[in-house]
This record gives sequence, structure tokens and C-alpha cells, in this order.
Amino acid sequence: MGTIGPAVSQAAVMIAGLDPQLVRIVALSLGVSLSAVLIATLVGMPIGASIAVARFPGRQATIVLLNALLGLPAVGVGLLVYLLLSRAGPLGEFGILFTPAAMVVAQAILVAPIIAAFSRQAVEDAWREYREQLDSLGAGPFQAALTLLWDCRFSLLTTVLAGFGRAVAEVGTVMIVGGNIDGVTRVMTTAIALETSKGDLPLALGLGIILMGLVLALNATAHAVTEFAKRHYG
Amino acid sequence: MRAPTSLLPLRLENVRFEAGGRRIIDGISLEIGHGGRTVILGPNGAGKSVLLRLCHGLLAPSAGRVTWNLQQPSNGRHRQAMVFQRPVMLRRSALANVAYGLKLAGIGAREDHARASKALAAVGLEHLAGRSARVLSGGEQQRVALARAWALEPEVLFLDEPTANLDPAATREVEAAIAAIGDAGTKIIMVTHDLGEAKRLADEIIFIHEGRVLERAGAERFFSAPTSREAAVFINGELL
Repeated sequence: MGTIGPAVSQAAVMIAGLDPQLVRIVALSLGVSLSAVLIATLVGMPIGASIAVARFPGRQATIVLLNALLGLPAVGVGLLVYLLLSRAGPLGEFGILFTPAAMVVAQAILVAPIIAAFSRQAVEDAWREYREQLDSLGAGPFQAALTLLWDCRFSLLTTVLAGFGRAVAEVGTVMIVGGNIDGVTRVMTTAIALETSKGDLPLALGLGIILMGLVLALNATAHAVTEFAKRHYG
Repeated sequence: MRAPTSLLPLRLENVRFEAGGRRIIDGISLEIGHGGRTVILGPNGAGKSVLLRLCHGLLAPSAGRVTWNLQQPSNGRHRQAMVFQRPVMLRRSALANVAYGLKLAGIGAREDHARASKALAAVGLEHLAGRSARVLSGGEQQRVALARAWALEPEVLFLDEPTANLDPAATREVEAAIAAIGDAGTKIIMVTHDLGEAKRLADEIIFIHEGRVLERAGAERFFSAPTSREAAVFINGELL
């Protein structure tokens, strides 16, 4: 018990004083995960929306697969991306293993299915409701897709927030493909794991507090967005 | 020779529609022309809504043909409009919902706004123009849907049980809007199973049962002296 009290107050001092090491790690975390979510959104959202409105053979199997990818184990994705990016791997020539770029790729792969699966659900529900009306008004497929995406904007936003939450809080993939190199690829989660095992509790605790606060804030925002949408837009 | 300028008459030639092995529309031939309000009446499950969708082009017949006097498949859609039993409101303001239909019909953005406002005013909702459409009451939403259809100035307006989910006060307002649209020159073709509504709105009744037209007559004649046994039973309020 004796070490925890001082560690917490030291952690508080680090956060309040914007300790440079802490700030650097948090900034890298946010940069990597925001980039990953941006890519995952650009890839996953159109895929999800297309599956929602298109009818093709194997559609049900695709949906099952997509939903299964939601539970993709982070370390599995890490290993896969590691093998792809390693010197001997098919994408080894880019030489991005153990760089932030590799972490962005790995997190994007982890998050894209989440965004695709939730977008599919939201857009499909709206499509079921709107289909005849849009048809009646003479909307073409492209026009209908734009209308659906815009009408689902709030649920899509919460989907992106959920994706960001998953990306920023996961440790398995970034540990494997980033390597947790101090000052280069050390993000909040890998730093917490390392500092805890080293016994450097203040930094681990400081980062832990920030990470938990961030996840809490994300969920609060998602909740607020949903409530706002329900109240103002129905 | 002058090219025809009217969509009507609408012709159905021996139209059949089957779904899931069931024959829902069983060989209907009809011609619906200008003038008056036509009500397609019948008990639940008669195939009324399917018939309306076949007319509007939302469904394709399994056999037979649905044709309009005017052949213009590409831009003909907005000369007919449809209002559904449950109004489909987009997640935007009432005015934007009305303007959306105009935008799809390719009417210029500046004109959109004026026409949409006018249509909303015509159904008595100008004071709710800026409100989110989906938080309006059921009756208000249905009137927004009517305004959205009306703004297109369609030649034909299809209505599928537009008051089925509404209370009496809202029903009265929606029916008044439908009558006004008809009086302004739009051909009204409406489906209902509600006898009172049919009596209030219809000039002409097409009575259908089990996917067939059993009787077609002026509303007064239909209600006072139906010729088919099924229509007589239905008018008496008995179950078919």
C-alpha cells in the first residue's frame, strides 16, 4: 500500500505539469489511433453501406464474416501485420515495421471491421424504412446511398467513436508491430505495460488515468450524441 | 397530330402478382382516367396495397401490363407521387423533407425553397417548417408527406391507407389536405379499408377482394346498392 499513495500523487503532478515524456506518449497514441480510425472509416464505411443496400450471392455469409471480424483478436492482427511487414514478408521492402506507420496499419485493420459492421447495421435499418419512399421519389442508387449515410450520421459518428476507443485502448497489435521503442513507437498502452512491469508506477498510473479518462470521455460523447439526435431529430 | 400530354389514363391489362407462391393480384384489368377521387376499397389482405404499388411502379407485375398514356419512363416518376401508410420522414426539418423531393425531381434549388414553403402552408404546417420532421406527431408527419408529394405538382397521387395510424382529429386534417390536393387538379387514387373514409372522400369506388376487382361504381351507387354479395357484406360491416 505504501508505494501507491505517493505514486498517485506523482502521477497527478506529471499530468498537471504536462511532463514531456507523458505528453509525447499521449500525443503519439492519439496520432496513431486517429490516423488508423480515419483510414478504417474511409475503407469500412463504404463497405458497410454497400453491403447494406446491395443484394448479391453470398451476402449472408459476408455479413456473418464481417460480424465475426468484430471479435478479431488484437494479437492475431499484430502477428499478421508483423509477418506482412517484416523484412522477409511481402511488404517488407517498405521498411515500416517498428514505426508508427506500421501501428496505424495494424490498428486500421483491427478497427475497419467494427466500422463496417456497425455501418452496415445502421444503413440497412434505414434502407428498410426508406426504400419505397426513395424509390417513389425517383432517387437513384448513388443519391439513395448519400441520403442514407446523411440520415444515419449520428449512429455513424458513434460507430467511429467506438472504433477510436478500441484502437486507442488496445495493446496487442501495437506491441508486436511497433516494438514499444522509447520515443518512437511507445504509446500509452505499451508504456503502461512496460512501466508497470518495471515498477515505475507514476508514469504507468499517469498514462492509465489519461487513457481511462479518454475512454470515458469517448463513451460519454457517444451517449450525448445519441441522446441529442434522439431528442432533436427523432 | 399532337403528342399526348397527360399521363392518364392508367391502364392495367390482366395484371397478376405472385409472391412466395401466393397469388396476391389475380388478373386485374382496369382503366383509370381523369376526374374525381378514386378509392380502392376492400378488406384487409385483399391486395389493395400491392395493387397500388403495381400502379405506381414500385412492384413489377408477374404477368400482364401496367401502362400510362404517356410513355416517359425516365422523367415520368415525379408526375406521379405516393404517400404511404407510415410516413417516411428523413432526419431533417419538415421543410427540408419537402424540398428533398423537389431536389430529386431536378427542380432548381432557389425554386425548391419557395415551392416547399408553399406546399407546407397548403397543408397548414408552415409554423412547423423548421422543426425536425421525425419528432412531429403522426398526423403532422403524414401532412408533411402530403406536402412533399404535393410540391411535385403530380398529375396522379397514390395514397396507401394514409390515415390508418391516426386519431380522428389528425385524420380529419389529413383528409382535408387530400381533398384540397384533389381539388387543385391532381388525380387521387387512394387505398383504404375504412368505410367511413371511403364515404367521405370517394367519387368512385373500386372494390377488390382476394386479388380481383368485384365491383366498380360511383360512390353513391356503390354504398346504396352494391351489386356484388361481397361488397354488400363488407358495407354492412361484416367480416369477409
